[in-house]
Amino acid sequence: MALVTKENAGLRLVTRYAVLTLVALVFAFPLVFMIISSLKPDQQLLQDTSSLRAFLPVGDISLDNYRAAFDRAPIGRFMLNSIFVTIVTVSMSVAICSLAAFAFVYMKWSGRDAALSIVLATLIIPFETIAVPLLLMVSRLPWIGVEGVEWGWLNTYRVQIVPWIVDALTVFLFVQYFKDLPRELIEAARAEGASWFQVYRRVVMPLSGPVLATAVILKSLKMYNEQYLWPLIVVQDEAHRPIMVGLGYFFQLNVAWGELMAYLTLISVPVLVFYLILQRAFIASIASTGVKG
Amino acid sequence: MRYLICSIALGGVATVATAQTELTLWYHGAGNEVESEILDGIVSDFNSGQSDWSVAVESFPQGSYNDSIVAAALAGNLPCILDVDGPVMPNWAWAGYMQPLPVADAAIEGHLDATVGRWGGEVYSVGLWDAAVALYTRQSTLDELGLRTPTLDNPWTLDEFNAALETAKTSGNYDFALDLGMAWTGEWYPYAFSPFLQSFGGDIVDRSTYLTAEGALNGDAALAFGEWWQNLFTAGLAPGTSQDPADRDSGFIEGRYAFAWNGNWAAAATLDAGVDDALFLPAPDFGNGSTIGAASWQFGVSATCEFPEGAAAFVEFALQDRYLAAFSDGIGLIPSTREAAAMTERYAQGGPLEPFFALSDAQALVRPVTPGYVVAAKVFEKALADIANGADVADTLDAAVDEIDADIEANGGYGH
Amino acid sequence: MDRTLPASQRGSAMASRLTISNRAGWGFALPAFALITIFIILPFFFAFYLSLTNQRLISPNPTQFVGLENYRDLLGLSVITLGPERDENGAAVLNELGDLTYPRVRTVTRNPDFPQYRGMREWFRWRSGENARVVIASDVVFWKALANTLTFVFFIVPLQGGGALLLALLINQKLRGINFFRTIYFMPVVISIVVISLLWRFIYDGGDGLLNNILGALSFGLFPPVDWLGQPETALGSIIVMSAWQAVGFHMVIWLSGLQTISPTLYEVAAIEGASKWQTFRYVTWPGLRNTAVLVLIVITMQAFALFAQIDVMTNGGPLDSTQTLVFQAVERGYGKQDISGGSTISVLLFFIVLLISLTQRYLTRDRS
Repeated sequence: MALVTKENAGLRLVTRYAVLTLVALVFAFPLVFMIISSLKPDQQLLQDTSSLRAFLPVGDISLDNYRAAFDRAPIGRFMLNSIFVTIVTVSMSVAICSLAAFAFVYMKWSGRDAALSIVLATLIIPFETIAVPLLLMVSRLPWIGVEGVEWGWLNTYRVQIVPWIVDALTVFLFVQYFKDLPRELIEAARAEGASWFQVYRRVVMPLSGPVLATAVILKSLKMYNEQYLWPLIVVQDEAHRPIMVGLGYFFQLNVAWGELMAYLTLISVPVLVFYLILQRAFIASIASTGVKG
Repeated sequence: MRYLICSIALGGVATVATAQTELTLWYHGAGNEVESEILDGIVSDFNSGQSDWSVAVESFPQGSYNDSIVAAALAGNLPCILDVDGPVMPNWAWAGYMQPLPVADAAIEGHLDATVGRWGGEVYSVGLWDAAVALYTRQSTLDELGLRTPTLDNPWTLDEFNAALETAKTSGNYDFALDLGMAWTGEWYPYAFSPFLQSFGGDIVDRSTYLTAEGALNGDAALAFGEWWQNLFTAGLAPGTSQDPADRDSGFIEGRYAFAWNGNWAAAATLDAGVDDALFLPAPDFGNGSTIGAASWQFGVSATCEFPEGAAAFVEFALQDRYLAAFSDGIGLIPSTREAAAMTERYAQGGPLEPFFALSDAQALVRPVTPGYVVAAKVFEKALADIANGADVADTLDAAVDEIDADIEANGGYGH
Repeated sequence: MDRTLPASQRGSAMASRLTISNRAGWGFALPAFALITIFIILPFFFAFYLSLTNQRLISPNPTQFVGLENYRDLLGLSVITLGPERDENGAAVLNELGDLTYPRVRTVTRNPDFPQYRGMREWFRWRSGENARVVIASDVVFWKALANTLTFVFFIVPLQGGGALLLALLINQKLRGINFFRTIYFMPVVISIVVISLLWRFIYDGGDGLLNNILGALSFGLFPPVDWLGQPETALGSIIVMSAWQAVGFHMVIWLSGLQTISPTLYEVAAIEGASKWQTFRYVTWPGLRNTAVLVLIVITMQAFALFAQIDVMTNGGPLDSTQTLVFQAVERGYGKQDISGGSTISVLLFFIVLLISLTQRYLTRDRS
């Protein structure tokens, strides 16, 4: 290999950053468009879409769209609903799915292989195709509350949470990951008399940072960003509506584009912040475990 | 949380004091502040004006309102009063979601025909307003292109209309001669475009039996309509199905389209945007009369409601001219009665949108009154989009007929 | 299936030490298994039952069991042969371009002499000698939706998976500010696909859309504007590119976590041996990414088969059915056209198609050791 001269290295560094920046532009431009547009009045926003002005905060810039958007829809309520449903579902999901994956990978029990095959087969059922049967079912399910048994789950948080807790993909993520953990650790722990739950809690989960982060990100995005059809059909009162249903408030006969962009920008903020926080944990946990390979 | 709900419920009971029976009302206007305010005003006037009933409103985004209703009906969770889009009502009535609305005849006397929804000889729904579609243009456009101003009595003929579009195109002053609003998918297509087909002499279904579309949607008149329709797009006269929705909103106002086929709800925005010589022209007569679609949102009562008389009391209360006028002033819709129209700013004699009331009164033709309309409308929408995109006209209309007929058969004739 | 059922295959020494624990095993798996059974499997069986009936979403009419009729209506295919049009002398009539002309398909499908073809439509045709062979289907839209879905999957898997790997390699460097770039690349993932689709309608606009403007500027006006979503030739491709762009950042993160688990010593060894960059990738990096690759492949495939939101927001299946997909059709029929049994039938067929494909994928990506 040729000796790397100083200028050469400098040039390579510049090239690297140039490539990184170019790629960044490709990924950032629609979002820049969204944020910039949220600051413009409709008329100007639409005119600007045909030129590079779409990406520049020029002209009549203000936060009016944000004010109007808050007047139009109870945005805070929608966001709280979505965040609450997401947090509860995701935390229950990773707990229950990882426990099941643990049983599928490390334990031997009759019916295990069949059960895993069935769970994984559900990976290929798109939700849209079972929505109506599911609706008929949840409208008749019982729930034991403080005031005794009540029937029907419509217009609640639970109807937005419970059916979504377990999904095949999350189980699959954990299964794939657990398979690569060194089995000696588990065997050693069992030999020392640890219970199965202790092995799960003390040995396996502490090693599962990367898969936990992946599962949490994937599931959170699904719960926060993609809950539209289901809440639409099971939630009729505004108090329980999530953000994606709230999107409909901005589609009147003539769409309020500026307000729509403001709404889109607002609802995207929590996810971005969440990702920025998790990204550090994610990278750190991978570096610290170093068990694979 | 539970504590909070309890306290609110108690508060509600405390203020009402007398034993009013609560009736829930579902409405499609979530996100439209003005509309919600007017409705809330009517409801609170009603609730405080008598002691039997108390109406509570729940609003839904319009785009998904029908899905919400159907889901609630499947789950057995419908409210007492609901609002329903005119042409959809027969479907819900036939399916057993709705029951007849026992309003007094006097309450709906003199209302625009299309604002009263009838099915099986009974009144099921009543609307506070109607909507109308007109051919938007500017006086300056007509002058520049040297075109006469069509009137209700003397609308443009097919040839005149075609010539007008050609002239606009060859002038080179516009991106497109005609904006049909192809960006608005869904009910807009059958609502706005099936009157063209009817004016040619065809229809979505055969209204003499409502049991087939054969002949109506693929007969000679329909084929002529289809060829004409396709030519609008192949000749570059109108933007096609990929039209950006933003262009639909702003294209005419910015002067990029010479003509636009648009509803009365967009008229106020057009005038406000500074198009001060805007004209709202009647639909051309393609040979079989000049017509536009009719019947907008209306109130009805669900089948599971135990108090239809309460629902009727509310609807009759809401039908007062002052409320019709308030809705019209607020969101630009056409009031159901002449008296109410006279009270509005825009639809009164000499008001800027007066032509729309005349259009509604003179030209309105309701979409086929059949439970099968919901599916037929979808099929019609796809056929029009396909033809606009260059599909063979005869084959596409044949296929649409087959699909509509198969649906009617699968539903046992929809009770006709 | 063996990849997912590892323990039993991975040596009996293991099984003997970890004795059978039926109660604990079921106990751990039960919460997940019960929830998935109630909320996914049961509704799916209900959908399967619906596909065997004539159930409508809205109807006062009683439901009837119709057997496999819904499946026949969807899958019915026939091939008809059309002879060229001939004049009275028996010579074939040519059109102005000099091609043979054929009678219209509707002369067969709407002909009382051929009741078996009633209501069928042309899907595609080819020439065989003087005759035209026409494939007619009782549900052309379904077949087009199937073909489009498979096309989408075929292109999106390498585009999204490969693109994500390239990004991961690009971002897996020790550089100041690399976190910033990683975040930017990930940004489209955090935005809902519905929102992304709305934004891209502006970008793909046929007249003065952003993409046309950018391409025009880059080519100094030589590039003519394209109506990206308005033409059958470009609509599906445009949706593929947008979908790949949206999710590529997510798979980048998965690849990245795979990359970071490869031991640095392997790279040191490769460097000492004088391996080229490509050799290092081929013999160190790629083998270390095996499990990750399987995961990425399966996730992308499953998501691709469920393609719905982009279509719903951007094209509604058009123009000319060029972007119809199976899930879009299932929803359009089940809800839009109130034909819940027809929609369910598509769902069931989709299930079996994907099952077949994923079994094949598992077979091809199995451990060969």
